[in-house]
Amino acid sequence: MEILGKTKVDFIGKRYVAYAISTVLVLVGIVALIQISRGSANMGIDFAGGTSIQVKFDRPVDLGAVRQALSQSGIKDSEPQQFADGRSVMIRLKRTTSEAGMARQVEDALRGGIRDNSFIVEASTEVGPAIGKELQNKALLAVAISLAGIVVYIAWRFEFRFGVAATVATFHDVLAVLGIIFVLNKEITLLIVTALLTIAGYSLTDTVVVYDRIRENLRARRKEGLGDTMNASINQVLSRTAMTSITTLLGAAALFFLGGEVLHDFAFALVLGIVIGTYSSWFVASPLIYEWRIRSEAARRSRR
Amino acid sequence: MHLVLEVQAEKAVENATERLREEVKRLLDKDKIEVAQLTREGATGIVLKVAKAADRDNAQRALGDLVVLDKVPGTTPDELRLTLQAREIKRIEDLAQRQSLETIRNRVDQFGVTEPHIVPEGDRRIVVQLPGIKDPQRAINLIGKTALLELKAVDDSLNPGDVAQGKASLPADLQLLNLREVDDNRQVTGKRPIVVRRQPVITGANLTSAEVRPDDQGGWLVAFSLDSEGARVFGDFTGANVGKQLAIVLDDTVFSAPVIRSKIGEGRGQIEGNFTADTARDLAIVLRAGALPAPVQIISNLTVGPSLGQDSVQKGVRAAILAAILVVALMAFYYKLSGVIADFALILNSIMLVGILVALRATLTLPGIAGIALGIGMAVDSNVLILERIREELRLGKTVRSAIDAGYDKAFVTIVDSHVTTLITAAALFLFGTGPIKGFAVTLSLGVAINLFSALVGTRVVYDWMTARRDLKALSI
Repeated sequence: MEILGKTKVDFIGKRYVAYAISTVLVLVGIVALIQISRGSANMGIDFAGGTSIQVKFDRPVDLGAVRQALSQSGIKDSEPQQFADGRSVMIRLKRTTSEAGMARQVEDALRGGIRDNSFIVEASTEVGPAIGKELQNKALLAVAISLAGIVVYIAWRFEFRFGVAATVATFHDVLAVLGIIFVLNKEITLLIVTALLTIAGYSLTDTVVVYDRIRENLRARRKEGLGDTMNASINQVLSRTAMTSITTLLGAAALFFLGGEVLHDFAFALVLGIVIGTYSSWFVASPLIYEWRIRSEAARRSRR
Repeated sequence: MHLVLEVQAEKAVENATERLREEVKRLLDKDKIEVAQLTREGATGIVLKVAKAADRDNAQRALGDLVVLDKVPGTTPDELRLTLQAREIKRIEDLAQRQSLETIRNRVDQFGVTEPHIVPEGDRRIVVQLPGIKDPQRAINLIGKTALLELKAVDDSLNPGDVAQGKASLPADLQLLNLREVDDNRQVTGKRPIVVRRQPVITGANLTSAEVRPDDQGGWLVAFSLDSEGARVFGDFTGANVGKQLAIVLDDTVFSAPVIRSKIGEGRGQIEGNFTADTARDLAIVLRAGALPAPVQIISNLTVGPSLGQDSVQKGVRAAILAAILVVALMAFYYKLSGVIADFALILNSIMLVGILVALRATLTLPGIAGIALGIGMAVDSNVLILERIREELRLGKTVRSAIDAGYDKAFVTIVDSHVTTLITAAALFLFGTGPIKGFAVTLSLGVAINLFSALVGTRVVYDWMTARRDLKALSI
């Protein structure tokens, strides 16, 4: 059985359309990145610092009562959120001045304010602002260094242009997903960052598989033009890419629908990443090299 | 629960400087050099002013043995500025982290947590992971308490109320503390100011044991005993101060200030605070384990209750199982017998990965699980790459045997390239990432390494066996 038979899609020819789409995606991603560094994005308390506490009441609870209980105890700017079961409530406090013991204060406030419905604390998180900032910086440094490592390895195994293009394609995917997450105003948590890293790994594999075939074909079919060879290569690995994407999507979709509240945004980011990662290995990673080669060859010819 | 603690090492440095200041005073007294001023300045400096300017050189000579202090003449001829050397500061800070780690480990061990994970992070941080804690607040109190026990003489020359209101000034060798007041229901009802001598008679360092005993009011107290040196000092002090009060101070809170009735020679004492059984037990633990060399601050605290942990793990596991079934079914459906062989490789892969993680006693966080998921995804991909390649070779009209050989050979390069790039990413994340991101890097690199083996060797064996047994005309792929 085959999903895709022999295909002959002209990926290189459609590159200008892809450039337009990618430019928009990357621009949104860059805006998101700027907003994050300015601290005006919807950062989770992992990064911004603060307190979150999740409680489960014995019986369904009114969110208004929770809000009232909190404000009575002088806890401002809380964002109580109710889960689908009606009994679980998540209360988030961002950038509190006294990070230690804040969860305890919330707990006491709820116990004092809602007397007829007892609850248990399901999870509590307290993060000091300093550690959040540090986590952010270290995550960025780690990503930068891993990308540098990839350029070096791919440049060694293939050639320098491939290394740069693979990195650009990977960046493209991560930025695009980050941008969409930002536009949808989803909270950027450590889990989202993990999802972005996973996407980077996935997209890179995809790109390397295509490059590998291009390299192989460049050796075998020296007479054909670069564009034709690239198109043929992408088409040859198309059924593999389709199959891998489908299996990975199956996994991410299962997490999305069954993984519970905690994994919901994570799975959502993964699904986005798989789609964009597949797109970029076809329409971004290879056309970039094509563009670069053609232009530098043209430049060399005009110099003569 | 997952705690990140920061050791306030500058406090340990400050304490060391304070001790050195006392040592300076002792040395100058010994050489009979009169001192006009001797104060600590900041965390690392001491300012010394001698009464007679001519004595400055003598003072410098007298302090010659204190090599950890840099001694620089001040702006006036009677002044000498002493500063703690940078190397010594570093040593004290390092020691503070190491000792804090040891002390916390001791406390947790005595508290009885199964599989605690307590490790240093960076220069000043300590990560404490305690799985399955039922009362997180109690654990935080146990770990975060400095637990510096001091026995201090109460000074009754001043009215504490006046000092507290600022009506009377406090000499440098005295200190204003609060005495904790507890009602019969073991609730803290208030506090009363009390003036004590700054220099303790005895500290917790002289403690040999601490245990819980019932008190007269139906509550609990902690009885402690001192080592021989502590018992001697304590005996001398109580003998000389019968009728006066002695303050029992824990972390700058006075728990009780009993009147000394007679000389206490055997080196025993007790801390009365009308405790509950739990708080008394925890206090005994922290006293036995010793004080932290510096206060610690909790900068991050992640606690997941057992119910939520279970719930989200259950959901996660259910989702993972469904995903696995779907993938295995799809592979078998799409690649037929070859898909089934690939499925076996995947299962083998997962078993090995879980085995290694169990052997490493890794605690799985969500990023860690994401790493496993990506690793397994790459395992699927490797098999897909090989099978697609074999199909291509078959389409070119090759025999089964040579199609399999060529498929593996050609896919090999791709698989190695994609896995090595992933390993590079994982290595960078491991080296430069923090906590949870490290977890992701570890599971991902393990997954990738195992996968290289199972995809390239594991399934190959099956095909070799199939093609060796009989002359295969057609491959189910």
